[in-house]
Amino acid sequence: MSVSTLPRRRRLLTGVATLAVSAVVLTGCTSNEPEPTGDTGGGTENAASSNDDTGETVTIGFSGPAADHGWLAAINSSAQAEAEKYEDIDFQTAEGTNDPSAQIAQVETFINNKVDAIVLLPTDGAALTDVAIKAMDAGIPVINVDREFSSPFAARTTILGDNYGMGVSAGTYACQLIEDNDIADPVIAEIAGIDSLPLTQDRSQGFKDALEACDQEVDNRVAAEFTVESGNEAAANLLQAEDKIDIIWNHDDDQGVGVKAAFDDAGRDEFFFIGGAGSKNAMQWIKDGEMEATVLYPPTQAADGIRLARLIAQDKGMSDLVQVEVPKRIVLNAPVVNADNVDQYFDLGFES
Amino acid sequence: MTDTAGVSPSASQPEPTSDSKSVEEAAARAGQQQGGLALLRTSAGRNLGLVLALVLVCIAGFVTSGSQFANLDNALTILRLASVIGVVSIGMTFVIIGGGIDLSVGAIVALASVWCTTLATQRMAEDTHWTMMVFSALAVGLGCGLVNGLLISYGGVVPFIATLAMLAAARGYAEILAQRRTQLVSVSEFLDFFRIDVLGVPMLVLIFVVVSAIGWVVLNRTTFGRRTLAVGGNPEAARLAGINIKRHTVMLYALLGLCCGIAALMITARTTTGASTHGLLYELDAIAAVVIGGTLLSGGRGTIVGTVLGVLIFGVLNNVFVQNDLSSSAQAVAKGVIIVAAVLLQQRFARQSSSSP
Repeated sequence: MSVSTLPRRRRLLTGVATLAVSAVVLTGCTSNEPEPTGDTGGGTENAASSNDDTGETVTIGFSGPAADHGWLAAINSSAQAEAEKYEDIDFQTAEGTNDPSAQIAQVETFINNKVDAIVLLPTDGAALTDVAIKAMDAGIPVINVDREFSSPFAARTTILGDNYGMGVSAGTYACQLIEDNDIADPVIAEIAGIDSLPLTQDRSQGFKDALEACDQEVDNRVAAEFTVESGNEAAANLLQAEDKIDIIWNHDDDQGVGVKAAFDDAGRDEFFFIGGAGSKNAMQWIKDGEMEATVLYPPTQAADGIRLARLIAQDKGMSDLVQVEVPKRIVLNAPVVNADNVDQYFDLGFES
Repeated sequence: MTDTAGVSPSASQPEPTSDSKSVEEAAARAGQQQGGLALLRTSAGRNLGLVLALVLVCIAGFVTSGSQFANLDNALTILRLASVIGVVSIGMTFVIIGGGIDLSVGAIVALASVWCTTLATQRMAEDTHWTMMVFSALAVGLGCGLVNGLLISYGGVVPFIATLAMLAAARGYAEILAQRRTQLVSVSEFLDFFRIDVLGVPMLVLIFVVVSAIGWVVLNRTTFGRRTLAVGGNPEAARLAGINIKRHTVMLYALLGLCCGIAALMITARTTTGASTHGLLYELDAIAAVVIGGTLLSGGRGTIVGTVLGVLIFGVLNNVFVQNDLSSSAQAVAKGVIIVAAVLLQQRFARQSSSSP
């Protein structure tokens, strides 16, 4: 027995030693701080207006979903950054959550704290409607961002991107490409996001409707899950389904990183690759000529929501409009960014 | 041939050292209640059902898509996509045969992929050698597996709960490390190594083949494999036979953790990124592949070949659905039907072949 335990113990010791070394090496690996780079900031000033002048201090509460992908992370960080630009904003932000009941509790806290305005990007519009009405009844204006409430009484102002419009922009751009390049009988493919979400259905419907206008249709449609991995898998299978593709529209640039890796893996680039959302990666690819275009879904909606909340709380209007009050509903445009105008939009691109 | 019970006492034994070997074997066989001979007969039958299911899915692909489906390029694409979950499934086979379960595999893959692609790791890899990334992913996987194993063996936590806790913690930690961003890999040597073709076979597929082969040898031809069967089949008999069950269980989970580390490297190379969203629902895919591969969820019985076939069936199914432009919802329904059909088929074949003389 003693003969056999000796090498075993030695093995154990080497094992422990190896683990200890690994631990030391590994703990150095968790840092994600980038090398220091110059930081450029500063907002766009509206020269003709006094709206940006410091006014009475207002408290604004902000609550949004957990930032589990690049676009949502950009929503949160740009809202934060916008609030910091104004000395007269006392910004209260709640930890992002995907649980509607937790978010309802956050809004109730804002109501108890008697904030001057609430900017809310609900995890689920319908689930948060009730508590938003409660806030409105308490005299606190609610600015609804991106995902709509189910009642018009729940928000003072709604600001949102245009998912159907994204599809239309992508489809119209595709039609233009077909005409400009004289593509006969084009093969058009679509890589959607999570299929069960209304926003995905809206995007696809818009794409379909716009293509119909030039007598085209989607030949092959696959759905991914907004993650890099799912985009990679969907794209790899899609490329096998057609020998030659003329146009591919990918709904989301976050999953687009995986989509692009699949293209590179298969060595395929015969098609026009159009993206969606407008990440920094995508814009860089457009600059480098590796991607045709991307359709914007602005990640600055919540930042705009903060600005609107400040104006409403300070009883100001939007100075570029004749109307003295902030409008009830603002739908953001979904422009196409391509090589011609990418420089103009580059700073709006978000990190995946 | 592929069934573990087919290893008769006279089969080649690489390391005939301890004299408790025959006792262990007895325990291994005691774990399989029907005895070795009956199982030997059913093994062919069990895999036959799976091969049949795979052939059916392939025929469906060929009929609907013709040469678009049946070409080498497409076959390699299917294999490359299946290889990541394949490697995890091989490790999962061992844990399930050993009477355990691991729900944390997807989260471990995410954590390892994030850890090996942080700027700090990548900078270190550029300063030293790109294998630093490989080392860190494997170490993270192994470490998580060890924690699982120790909690289960020595902490007395039920596998379901211990790995459920790891699922939550590891993915959460991955999100903290990555700040929920997608981390691009800039170390080109790393990408080059994992993305080249060796004699026309993609590196990822090659890794899957090698891991499967090693898994088969370990399960069927080593003391470790026999002990795994014994521990899962009848822990009490295994303990009486002198097997250190606790230590063995720790090793099983560590092994699966290592497989997750390998899978993390593969997914990182395939997508050129590390992200906390990698490996979502891998636990379900891996368990489904292992179970339709004929491994008993209660432990004590299972085959590597069955698991590989299970992985391939799902991979081909994915591909056939995309080829035919069918929705992912329809695909989910088909997956459910296939799981039930495959298990029913297996039972039928198993009954037939065990009742025939």
